[in-house]
Amino acid sequence: MIAFSQTENHPFIELKGVTKVYGTGQAAMHALRGIDLRIDEGEFVAVMGPSGSGKSTCLNILACLDTPTTGIYKFKGIEVGKLTRSQRTRLRRFYLGFVFQGYNLLNRTSALDNIELPLIYRRISAIERRKRAINALETVGLRGWESHTPGELSGGQQQRVAIARAIVTEPAILFADEPTGNLDTARSREIMDLLSALNQNQGITIVMVTHEPDMAAYAKRTIHFLDGLVESDEQNGRAI
Amino acid sequence: MWWNTILLALREIKRNVMRSVLTILGIVIGVGAVITMVTIGGGATAQVKEQISSMGSNLLMVTPGKRLGPGQSSNVALFKLNDGEAIARDVSSIAAVAPVSSQSLKAIFGNQNWSTQVTGSDNQYFKVTNRSIKSGRQFSDSELRSGAAVCIVGETVRKKLFGGQESLGLNIRLEKLSCQVIGILEAKGQSTMGMDQDDIVVIPIRTYQRRISGNQDVAMFQVSVQQGASTDKAQRDIQLLMRERRHLSPSDDDNFNVMDMKEIAKMLTGTTQLLTALLSAVAAVSLLVGGIGIMNIMLVSVTERTREIGIRLAIGAFEREVLMQFLVEAVVLSSFGGLIGIVLALSASVWLAGVLRVPFVFNAGIVVIAFLFSAAVGVIFGYFPALKAARLDPIEALRYE
Ligand SMILES: Nc1ncnc2c1ncn2[C@@H]1O[C@H](COP(=O)(O)OP(=O)(O)OP(=O)(O)O)[C@@H](O)[C@H]1O
Ligand SMILES: [Mg+2]
Repeated sequence: MIAFSQTENHPFIELKGVTKVYGTGQAAMHALRGIDLRIDEGEFVAVMGPSGSGKSTCLNILACLDTPTTGIYKFKGIEVGKLTRSQRTRLRRFYLGFVFQGYNLLNRTSALDNIELPLIYRRISAIERRKRAINALETVGLRGWESHTPGELSGGQQQRVAIARAIVTEPAILFADEPTGNLDTARSREIMDLLSALNQNQGITIVMVTHEPDMAAYAKRTIHFLDGLVESDEQNGRAI
Repeated sequence: MWWNTILLALREIKRNVMRSVLTILGIVIGVGAVITMVTIGGGATAQVKEQISSMGSNLLMVTPGKRLGPGQSSNVALFKLNDGEAIARDVSSIAAVAPVSSQSLKAIFGNQNWSTQVTGSDNQYFKVTNRSIKSGRQFSDSELRSGAAVCIVGETVRKKLFGGQESLGLNIRLEKLSCQVIGILEAKGQSTMGMDQDDIVVIPIRTYQRRISGNQDVAMFQVSVQQGASTDKAQRDIQLLMRERRHLSPSDDDNFNVMDMKEIAKMLTGTTQLLTALLSAVAAVSLLVGGIGIMNIMLVSVTERTREIGIRLAIGAFEREVLMQFLVEAVVLSSFGGLIGIVLALSASVWLAGVLRVPFVFNAGIVVIAFLFSAAVGVIFGYFPALKAARLDPIEALRYE
């Protein structure tokens, strides 16, 4: 096991010339064309851009779910591309949380069990697991829906279960791919308030993809993607 | 770690009741069918072997034609009584020779009637077949010579015709022949080859020839060889004697057959082996059907399961944890199905053995083989798709369609 301890001279997350190409030859699809990016600990970053501009692709790479075609991804100064599979798994298990654009919950599995799942892999005792899962469920406003399976929940409710599953481990970084895509404005604001609080009170670094400027405004920094490249990267004027 | 994995696997089994039940069912059918079929087949074979050995190893059967059994072609010369006399006289080491002709006839007493096997023979028959007279007496020489209307009946026939009534001295009718009961055979018990050995009426061979078959033929001779003497030698001697008596030139094939116990056994077990082969074929098909069932369920659920694997990997499960979970799941389902299959099959076998009157022969080998085969099918089809999926990048597993 490697120690991902914080060291002064390394940025938290760093992408250097990262590209991602799907397919080969004529059919090759350049989803990312060379991304240079640096995110420090404690940041709250919103990623925006038109559909198909490579936001999800980039986020998947940052979350160690996918590997770049070329380029370097460094996490606390350590080159992720050089880690073994199980070291990257360990990274996901102990440091990263992810909210998928398509939720990706286990079917026929209750909301509570879905939220508990990452804790099982962290070897947390059953009682502690239950307590934390119920807490997370409450935080996303789903008290009373513990035993409902994804099939019995609305899109927005599933999205909130997915958020609860990502934050229940209190990860160092939370990646969220359109976490409010299926929520009404009031719910969206609740979730954004929650994310802001996690960022401010617990120091969780957050990288969030969104299409809505209103939601992006909650972040401290907004990165715009266009055609697989970073178009703009600026600190938000409005402070929260 | 272990407890965690088992817990995850059990949860997954409980969550997917339909898939689990179908998998178990496939294995139950496969294991159950194979074990039942093979056990019953084995029982039938064991029974035949046991009956053959109870007949004694020193028995020879001399039949006309190339094959044993009824329906020989008519152009083959049949035996006469003097063929048997010649065997008894000219072949050394012979203990007894009995002529045997028989057919199924209706025996009638008063208003009772019973269809039974009527055998024409002489007193040697009781020696050769190892039977004794319970009450009454054997045939007298004069009865045998003159073809008197007397008979010795088996226990089943006695019961059917006379019930509790004293039967010695009474007359029964076999078709047009009315004959007096002079003896009752000691019961030999149920079924040789599934037949009742006590369902028999023995009359003198001459009586049989004159009054029932209407000719001088003898269907076959049953010969017992003296204890300790070589059956092979007796068999060869009888063969030479019969060739001589039938004036066969050296280039002619035998137009008769001398079978020893081994050959009789082969012929009799041949039937049960055919039966066993048929049963095994049916069983193999069941096993295959069960296997295909399991395969289907596993393949149908592969998309869903690949996605599940993607989710688990994405939230921090190690490849080996996921694989172990799937393995445990497959093993638990397979062995659970296998155990149910074994229990059902053994109960069914015991019951069937009772109904079919064959001994129940526990065959540990086939239980193990059937179990392992089904378990292998379950594990292979449950585990290998998982193996493929767990090697993917999480995102690829999640995208799988
Ligand atoms: N597995 C894949 N195979 C081939 N092409 C892909 C694959 N995944 C993504 N792409 C392509 O890469 C490009 C970027 O996709 P990505 O999902 O990153 O877009 P996005 O910015 O997240 O869009 P959206 O806002 O609609 O979610 C798209 O043009 C898409 O078609
Ligand atoms: Mg996207």
